[in-house]
Amino acid sequence: MSILVGRTTHVLVQGLTGHEGTFHTQSMIDYGTDVRAGVTPGKGGARHLGRPVFDTVAAAVRSEPIDVSIIFVPARAAADAIMEAAEAGIGLVVCITEGIPALDMARVKAFLRERPARLIGPNTPGIISPGQTKIGIMPGPIHQPGPVGVVSRSGTLTYEAVNQLTLHGLGQSTALGIGGDPIVGLSFVDALRMFEADPETKAVVLIGEIGGSAEEEAAALVGRGFTKPLIGYIAGLTAPPGRRMGHAGAIMSAAHGTAAQKIELLESAGARVVRNPARIGEAVASVLSGRT
Amino acid sequence: MRIHEYQAKRLLAGFGVPVPRGEVVETPAEARAAAESLGGTVILKAQIHAGGRGKAGGILRVEGPAAAAAAASRLLGRPLITPQTGPQGRIVRRLLVEEPVAIARELYVGVVLSREAARPVLLTSPRGGVDIETLALTEPDLILRQPVSPSAGLLGFQARNAAFGLGLSGAAFDRAGALFAGLVRTFMETDASLVEINPLAVTTAGELVAADAKMDFDDNGLFRHPDIKALLDPDEEPSEELEAARAGLSFVRLDGDVGCMVNGAGLAMATMDLIALAGGRPANFLDVGGGVSEDSVRQAFLILAADPGVRSALVNIFGGIVRCDLVARGIVRAARERGVRIPVVIRMEGTNVELGREILADSGLPFVSEPDMERAAREAVRLAKAPGGPR
Repeated sequence: MSILVGRTTHVLVQGLTGHEGTFHTQSMIDYGTDVRAGVTPGKGGARHLGRPVFDTVAAAVRSEPIDVSIIFVPARAAADAIMEAAEAGIGLVVCITEGIPALDMARVKAFLRERPARLIGPNTPGIISPGQTKIGIMPGPIHQPGPVGVVSRSGTLTYEAVNQLTLHGLGQSTALGIGGDPIVGLSFVDALRMFEADPETKAVVLIGEIGGSAEEEAAALVGRGFTKPLIGYIAGLTAPPGRRMGHAGAIMSAAHGTAAQKIELLESAGARVVRNPARIGEAVASVLSGRT
Repeated sequence: MRIHEYQAKRLLAGFGVPVPRGEVVETPAEARAAAESLGGTVILKAQIHAGGRGKAGGILRVEGPAAAAAAASRLLGRPLITPQTGPQGRIVRRLLVEEPVAIARELYVGVVLSREAARPVLLTSPRGGVDIETLALTEPDLILRQPVSPSAGLLGFQARNAAFGLGLSGAAFDRAGALFAGLVRTFMETDASLVEINPLAVTTAGELVAADAKMDFDDNGLFRHPDIKALLDPDEEPSEELEAARAGLSFVRLDGDVGCMVNGAGLAMATMDLIALAGGRPANFLDVGGGVSEDSVRQAFLILAADPGVRSALVNIFGGIVRCDLVARGIVRAARERGVRIPVVIRMEGTNVELGREILADSGLPFVSEPDMERAAREAVRLAKAPGGPR
């Protein structure tokens, strides 16, 4: 089991024929992901990486069974690509693109409210259910199937945490990034609810960072009753207020969105929050062994 | 990206928001001429990217052209120190010379992007002239928040809600609708992340005037606005941050002495935190990004090595898409070019890590290779504190 994506998920790639799209799609195919087709406007009718290319998402879904679309188009066109996928009825859209203007994302969120599509990202490494499917840009080999759900706002820091889990012999049910931008689709709360409902997930690792209130909302959910052990790490205790730390969403004021505040709320809700990012795997191992 | 008050006022005026008559000057002679054309008594306002200018002596009311020239010569070319500038202050290079506004009441009006609502929000408060974040903590009920539809913009009833909430009546009420609409359009049509008029003055004549203005922009939206990108004042940005941005890197200067270079923003913050946990102080945030090239690694390393405050450096790379061998080559190239003044601890993990470590070892350069992230941070902190200082 896993959340959102699994072995039988059929995948469409928007921006398949570009440099990024080609590189990462090849890596997804090598992992075993069922990539069915690609979309690049103007290249309809071609084949790329052995898959058919369509001009539009609407044409692709008429011809192929598609569950998820992953987007590798440049920032200026990415918001449009998300809405095109949602309009075509695709249930889950994963947007890898970094640098989409925040107002474009505000329009996307308003558009998605009227449609059933879920969005992961943007500015995310994507989602992987180890041993089943990889719909993203994360390095596949560091993952292994297992009982730990991982949800994060970050990329390489997630790989670091996953690698620690794997080295401790703890595999992952699903690992996903919700994205480093101020406005994203799926939230920590959404992911926690799905992990709660997934019988194979025995514990969840949540990796947050300064800025916004996604971790605060997660803490509120945990406080209301989340039955699985939650191990957290929040990056940015040493970050200064008012400065953007790489991610467009990683900016806090002196009063709001600080790491200290997020850690305190998560801990008082019952989560185990580690201060040392090198000890995430160790903490999960000790929590899980304490329960069994 | 942030701009100056005078630039924000010009943008707002273009969207129909009333601002005081004024001129931007760079010399005392220009200040004298501006005071003459504005009618004698004027306000001089130091143009720096920091708040708290009034109390710091950066906003002066002067009587007549001669006094304007004298005050301008005291302000221009000198640092102005406010609670937001840090102890070194900011050099004042320009003054905004404005006609005085006869203020009866001071209000607050602003538009910010709300992450929670995923849309812009119009904020209004009858308590103008104070910091809105402070007000939000002390008297949140005095702030009216209205989400704005990203497609429909500000609606008529929302403008009325705001105007009634501010206690406006008569001519001021009538003018407020256009002002709020102009404010929201300024935000939406320039991809701003903040537009703030604080205070919005109600004059003794019942007019509304933007007595101050502040604007920040979404960096991701700037590609649509070359005119706004051109408003960037390089004197207001730390030079190494601009240099890093040109190389596609994300750099923020901090006040510690352990430099770091990391791939990925989250891991970069985590690395800073690890340095602090080991008893040290990070000198910077530096994310080389996901699509990094050998040359951008080289430039990142040069920026780190050039900082005189850095006593040791920690490189932390988790290779995914970024290959460790490419990072190692970039570091070796930079070190051969400029020499290695400081001890450098390198932690690499992931794609092609063996090849990367080999390249570092074969270089003959005095790097400390440490595969464990926590031990690497401790070692970098120990080296920064070691007596004798950098080589």
